[in-house]
Amino acid sequence: MSDAVTIVNLPDQSTARIPKMNYLSKENGLLSWLLTGDHKRIATLYLISITFFFFIGGALAGLIRLELLTPQSDLVATDTYNKLFSMHGIIMVFFFLVPSVPATIGNFVIPMMVGARDLALPKVNLLSWYLYIVAGGMMIYTMAAGGVDTGWTFTTPLSTHYVNTHVITTGLAVFVAGFSSIFTGLNFIVTIHKMRAPGMTWFRLPLFVWSHYAASILMVLGTPVLAITLVLIVLERTIGIGVFDPAKGGDPLLFQHLFWFYSHPAVYIMILPGMGVISEVVSTFSRKRVFGYTAVAFSSVAIAVFGFFVWAHHMFIMGISNYAALIFSLLTMLVAVPSAIKIFNWAFTLYKGSITFETPMLYAFGFMGLFTIGGMTGVFLGATGTDIHLTETYFIVAHFHFVMVGGMLMAFLSGIHFWWPKWTGRMYPEKISQLAAVVTFIGFNLTFFPQFILGTLGMPRRYASYPPEFQILNVFSTAGASVLGVGYLLPVLYLTWSLKYGAIAGNNPWQATGLEWQVQSPPLTENFPEIPIVDHEAYDYEWLERQREKEVASVG
Amino acid sequence: MSDSTAVAHGAAESAHHEHPPYQRHHFETVAQQFDATNFAMWLFLLTEVMFFGGLFTAYLIMRNWYYPAFVEGSHQLNVGWGTANTGVLILSSFTMAMGVWSAEVRRKGLLVLFLCITWILGMAFLGIKSIEYTEKWEKHHVPGIHWSESSFLNPRSDPEVYKEYHDKPLAPDMADKTEMYFFLYFAMTGMHALHMIVGISILTFMIIRAQAGAYTTGHVTYVENFGLYWHFVDIIWIFLFPLLYLISRY
Repeated sequence: MSDAVTIVNLPDQSTARIPKMNYLSKENGLLSWLLTGDHKRIATLYLISITFFFFIGGALAGLIRLELLTPQSDLVATDTYNKLFSMHGIIMVFFFLVPSVPATIGNFVIPMMVGARDLALPKVNLLSWYLYIVAGGMMIYTMAAGGVDTGWTFTTPLSTHYVNTHVITTGLAVFVAGFSSIFTGLNFIVTIHKMRAPGMTWFRLPLFVWSHYAASILMVLGTPVLAITLVLIVLERTIGIGVFDPAKGGDPLLFQHLFWFYSHPAVYIMILPGMGVISEVVSTFSRKRVFGYTAVAFSSVAIAVFGFFVWAHHMFIMGISNYAALIFSLLTMLVAVPSAIKIFNWAFTLYKGSITFETPMLYAFGFMGLFTIGGMTGVFLGATGTDIHLTETYFIVAHFHFVMVGGMLMAFLSGIHFWWPKWTGRMYPEKISQLAAVVTFIGFNLTFFPQFILGTLGMPRRYASYPPEFQILNVFSTAGASVLGVGYLLPVLYLTWSLKYGAIAGNNPWQATGLEWQVQSPPLTENFPEIPIVDHEAYDYEWLERQREKEVASVG
Repeated sequence: MSDSTAVAHGAAESAHHEHPPYQRHHFETVAQQFDATNFAMWLFLLTEVMFFGGLFTAYLIMRNWYYPAFVEGSHQLNVGWGTANTGVLILSSFTMAMGVWSAEVRRKGLLVLFLCITWILGMAFLGIKSIEYTEKWEKHHVPGIHWSESSFLNPRSDPEVYKEYHDKPLAPDMADKTEMYFFLYFAMTGMHALHMIVGISILTFMIIRAQAGAYTTGHVTYVENFGLYWHFVDIIWIFLFPLLYLISRY
């Protein structure tokens, strides 16, 4: 029996039914959700919450783009504009991107991927969601009370001395959100170390798990440093502690060091889980084992390690020493290596694969192209010479949106479509979702590619007005943002529709080999009726192909 | 195959072997549960190290820049009280360790006794700390709200400290920086005291539960993990004491 569980099962999708017993139907009522310890339910709570914040952040982005339609500052006052981009950044970074893939998809599938009944610490997992909600509530309060205009970087002494907005509540909100992220990361590390099923060795783990392991290391080691930094900011504003105040002998550059010590690794917290999604999707839809599995696995860890030693590249023009700039520039280039390893290995995975173009795969293609552009332009910025020209311009804005939106958001949507059948037991509608993927890709490029040009031409970021000669490219960008908005609205509509009217998915609609596809959809509360014994490698599509050949032969 | 696993689930569940009441359903064995929670606690302590690490970094930089100010600032601290507090905490770590041992050998009375002693020692630490804080307040050494530099511009105005150290007056710009020393003193010891308060609150809850016999059934994970936390807070103090009190004494 236990051996049988490990064999990939390919049930007939046309006769599939939604199983009567599953994690959604087991208990009913609001309390059964609010007090749940089930990682799948917590993942669902997270999915709803982060979608909510994504659309708030998105609406703010829409207002920013509308303001930038014309060279003058006319839609909103300039200080309102400052608040718009600050809150857009804070919400998108701390309330959407950081928890996006890990707290939703990661939470949902990691226990199943390692062959466990739940994450190691279910209560801590629930606590993490509550902390997120408390932080989110504080953020909403801040917005309602008038917002904050420091930018998402809380730069001192601007944030401590010169602005008169709600820095304290925002700082505390991010502090609390940080602990939510720490607990998610801690839970993943413990689960991956201690909860693997018998036979599930480290090198049989899906790459999704490896990339989450790497991201979790960053969450656990980086986020506390952000927490103490924010505490010091809050103390400086409230009781006048002077660690960052030059008038009292403090050092604003120390703030930058501490802030970026977290916030650079945070960039990898935001991208590594997305890379995990792409590994799964590319492998499944080209019916091949991920090329260079070990290299891809270790490249995740390498990104996590290198990620901690590059923070000062955010500070090239802030007065760090030339030697520091030199070293950090070199280290920044090194980080490009493991990222490139991943991109090349995915490309080789596609080579001679039986590629199909389902929606998750389309998003994954979008990721690979856009992330590559985002990563390459990162090298421009990592080189100290070009950085001096390009920093604080729209080139930076375009660069990190290519990585974060073109990368992580594409990966998030790819993952959501990929695991939607497992999550809900129903398929999303294929044609319209393919359309949404294409619309997103076109809208994205139209929005952000002109910003590269604007940046090289010298348009600075964070201003509500700009010289009239930049208008045409800004109009392109705003038009693209509208297309992008449609691209993001579509999935919400058809995914909600599919909850009731989608085709029944069956256990394994993608005929994938991962453990999570061998159980029913939606899964049981305890995932596995019996803990599986793993005796095969991840992504064993060749073995699967041979099995089917044999089947055909015996029937014939 | 798939449908049969789903149906077989009910049977598999009932066939589950008996396990102790404290084993959570998603763990296969008690050993796995202990391993996992223990590992989680160590990881959490790692995040705490990083949390305090930010403050230690700030301390390191400021101390290098403003060494004379830090020396004279530290002379204002009472080494006697600091040493006493170090002793109190080390002793409390010992009684905590004995508490863990009592839980392991399932002796309820002894466990409650050791937890109570630990609780008292924790409170003693906070008591001594509050005496020190009061002293700082009286001498106008609370930066920001209640601050005066006179003891550093004119050390003779503070005969008690002067008798012991014979400090030279600091130049006004360096005397300003003693405020930074006290910023860090209050931030670091304050953050440490906050951790003590959290620890004592959990300890209170644990004493009540221990009295009800919750930790002497063979399930020592909770006591052991709390012990780790308590020792960690102790170790932070072991670092804070020489860094803040003994700067000029090496």
